[in-house]
Amino acid sequence: MTVEPLSRRQLFERAQRRKSTLIAAASTSLIVLLVVVLIPKMPRWDRVRQSFFNAERFKDSFPRLLHAFVLDIKIFAWSVPFIVVLALLVAITRNSRSPALFPLRAFAIAYTDIMRGVPVLLWIYLIGFGVPGLGMDRPWNSPLLWGSVALVLTYAAYVAEVFRAGIDGVHESQRAAARSLGLSNMQSLRFVVLPQAIRKVIPPLMNDLVSLQKDVALVSLIGPVEILRQAGIDKSKFANFTPYLAAAAIFLLLTIPLTRTTDWLIERERRRTSGTRVR
Amino acid sequence: MTTAKISLRNISKRFGAVTVLDGVSLDISSGSVVSIVGPSGSGKSTLLRCINLLEHIDDGELLLDGNDVSIPGFDPNIVRRRIGMVFQSYNLFPHMSVLDNITLALRRVLGLSRVAAQDRARELLARFSLSDKELSFPDQMSGGQQQRAAIARAVAMEPEVLLLDEITSALDPELVGEVLDVVRELRTVGMTIVLATHEMAFARDSSDLVCVLDQGRIIESGTPAQIFGAPQQERTQQFLQRVINSGRL
Repeated sequence: MTVEPLSRRQLFERAQRRKSTLIAAASTSLIVLLVVVLIPKMPRWDRVRQSFFNAERFKDSFPRLLHAFVLDIKIFAWSVPFIVVLALLVAITRNSRSPALFPLRAFAIAYTDIMRGVPVLLWIYLIGFGVPGLGMDRPWNSPLLWGSVALVLTYAAYVAEVFRAGIDGVHESQRAAARSLGLSNMQSLRFVVLPQAIRKVIPPLMNDLVSLQKDVALVSLIGPVEILRQAGIDKSKFANFTPYLAAAAIFLLLTIPLTRTTDWLIERERRRTSGTRVR
Repeated sequence: MTTAKISLRNISKRFGAVTVLDGVSLDISSGSVVSIVGPSGSGKSTLLRCINLLEHIDDGELLLDGNDVSIPGFDPNIVRRRIGMVFQSYNLFPHMSVLDNITLALRRVLGLSRVAAQDRARELLARFSLSDKELSFPDQMSGGQQQRAAIARAVAMEPEVLLLDEITSALDPELVGEVLDVVRELRTVGMTIVLATHEMAFARDSSDLVCVLDQGRIIESGTPAQIFGAPQQERTQQFLQRVINSGRL
């Protein structure tokens, strides 16, 4: 087998590749060196290691935290469908054009402004303590229920803005094409505008959902024992912060695969529907 | 006198302070091909969009088979079901395959079953030499292919009138021919066509009536022989001279 001699361009590109590999390797080693060598040289490293990186405490707390995390996942899972539906309704209302719908449009604008203008935590306190205070019977006085409602109402406002941006991003000519075929306003929205809008906003949407996954832990502040609360209990019991680290690890176990999968889905969809990619 | 398929009576359209259409009247008889020509910004696209009720008509009447469809409260979907439209930039739905682009309205507006809609779509794709593209997405096709697919989508609805809004303006010159061939074919089967166009040779050779639009008014209309052979209006002559000077006729 004969080996083709490399052209000048190939030689140049090979040199370029080597150069960038070298730079990447050097900078990575430098950072690792700084972290591994310098941090342990800090004056109170030993105490930090004891209270944050205690292997025994980690092993002890981990199963308990994982168990408590199930509640976080449950709150997340039942909140998301309500958030998406409510957010879509708000976004569609805000994008409506009929003059008759002005009151609804005004309400939708006020809703997103007010919900987004107050910290999530404050809504959880206000709704989570306020509504059960009305004295309704079980299960209607559950802080878990009203904490979830607070999450749904606040997150729906954020997600509605994401959807609205997506709807605005679909060119008017798409609507014109749909209407020219005789599709009604609602049909154009459902089959032409929304599918494109939602595809466009999947990355910011996932961003909001990852945020929600973390903010679910705020519900612990009005009572339910979920992972953050459980980690606090363990911390106090053993006077050690390692449970917090374990909780962080559990959050990452869920959020990282979630974001990676989304990116993969987006890339697959892009490859399926688009032409060639520019370099 | 037989009633025209479509009659425009004194149609006016304003965008704010700008008058885009200024009392346009036009009769389009069934089976004829009408070319609307004129300088950019003369109101050609707006005129077509008014016929399809995509634009609100400020003044005047639009008659379809003698019935006024421009009265307030008239369901525009009924008009659009009978009048198809093809756009300059194709406006195919990018998230759907070509087949789904065509079957969407067949199923949702005409109520055809999936199988019946796909049968009709495949028939048209074959007719427009796109059979191998039915599962392609718009972004994977050339401009000429996309525009032929867009025409197929409009024709699939079996409209009584087809509006073509500068359908070759966005195409590379060598792709214009394949799209115009499709329009010629539709003419031979008797489709009523109204087209806004800059393709003067096509307007001259393939239409029954040519209307010259300038600043929102039809300044002259007649057979291609009259308009291109012996234009009466000075502005028509100027317009045609500019077209000839730029090598487009």
